[in-house]
Amino acid sequence: MIFLLRALWAVIRYDLVLSFRHKSNWANAWLFFVLVVSLFPLAVTPDIVLLHSIAPGLIWVAALLSMLLSLPHLLRSDYEDGSLAALLLSPYPLPFLILSKIVAHWLVSALPLILISPVLGVALHLSLEEISVLIVTLLLGTPVLSLVGSVMMALTVSLPHQSILLSLLVLPLCVPVLVFGAGAVINVGLGLSNEGVFALMGAILVLAVTCAPFAASGALRVAEF
Amino acid sequence: MWKRLHQFASPKFFYHFSGHLIPWLWGAFAIFLIYGLISGLLFAPPDYQQGDAYRIIYVHVPAASLSLMVFSVMGTMSIIYLIWRIKLADVVATASASIGAWFTFLALVTGAIWGKPMWGTWWIWDARLTSELILLFLYLGVIALRNAMKTPDTAARAVSVLTLVGLVDLPIIHYSVDWWNTLHQKATILKLAKPDIAPSMLYPLLAMMVAFFLYYCALMLMRVRIELLEREKRADWVKNILYPSTNGIGASKD
Repeated sequence: MIFLLRALWAVIRYDLVLSFRHKSNWANAWLFFVLVVSLFPLAVTPDIVLLHSIAPGLIWVAALLSMLLSLPHLLRSDYEDGSLAALLLSPYPLPFLILSKIVAHWLVSALPLILISPVLGVALHLSLEEISVLIVTLLLGTPVLSLVGSVMMALTVSLPHQSILLSLLVLPLCVPVLVFGAGAVINVGLGLSNEGVFALMGAILVLAVTCAPFAASGALRVAEF
Repeated sequence: MWKRLHQFASPKFFYHFSGHLIPWLWGAFAIFLIYGLISGLLFAPPDYQQGDAYRIIYVHVPAASLSLMVFSVMGTMSIIYLIWRIKLADVVATASASIGAWFTFLALVTGAIWGKPMWGTWWIWDARLTSELILLFLYLGVIALRNAMKTPDTAARAVSVLTLVGLVDLPIIHYSVDWWNTLHQKATILKLAKPDIAPSMLYPLLAMMVAFFLYYCALMLMRVRIELLEREKRADWVKNILYPSTNGIGASKD
């Protein structure tokens, strides 16, 4: 047990150190997130009422696209330099190793977005309560995006042109998270309770944590090395 | 029983068995289709609100229900393939994917044609419509992933995993958009209570659903037969079928 934990920690640390050394990979995704959100007031209208009403969905879609952009870093480079093959050969259970890779990916690709989102929320005229709900939904929802993305990434890791295929596979499956995440923020404006939405998002998260690592490792065992 | 099942799933046996089955399926399809179309389009009474425009349900509802059913068939086949590695299951899933995608497309198009006079718009971001659209994307993803992979065995396993993930997600998508926004009417037939539809309209509809199902089975089996020949092209029994006069080129002569 203690060896397993140590192995998982080693995987997380390895990924974090790697991403710390290749800052541009991740910084591009964060910049993309901020840029997409800030393009909308320019493209649509700077009207406060309209911006306020589209803000939750806008931030959610931007977060989804930005995570899609950083998804290849989850497994692709490991696949290319062969460390993924080493991971497959290790004596520890693969689903747990994948899960720790997903945790590292989430820490690097999603957590910064969540930290920036209050600033964007203020810029789009969301109230304080709406921003706090937005952060809770992002905290519950973005791990699901990472988990679903990891399965699809594992399925397509050996393909040469995977980026378009990846978006076709990931985006339809992320609809529930998007619907609930953006819906919860709108509920605040309508004065509705969000407990049910949080419970549902939590349930989806639990389901994804339970199933996705196994599906991803099953998919990786198929991939051609 | 296991032996019987394995024999049934062997490509050669299934090829011949489905060859006998397909004409019967087409025949039954024709009977149900003719009854459904004639009584649905000519004899069923017009709706008191929608007039004759409602008659598109005789295509729309079967297509929509088949679109869901075909995906669940693919999911079942994926489970069978992943657990028991029965190749036939993967062939059935392959053959079903594009048929299911077309059913989904047909349901969307007929829904839009019906929506224009009834709702006054081709498209509404309503729960049913949106989840059907996402189902179409799931089908396209399955087909695209299969085409992107070179070796059939790898493709089969990858697509099985994807289909299963989609199968788990489909009800979640359905309910999430259901709670999100709704204009489409609720289910009127497939519920446990008494149907909310007059029998004179219901029976043609049920006949059309059976007809669509038979159509799917027949078309799927035909595609399965072609796919089996393609995949087993090195086997002797395929050579005997393809070159019967020469008793199989390169096949062992007995």
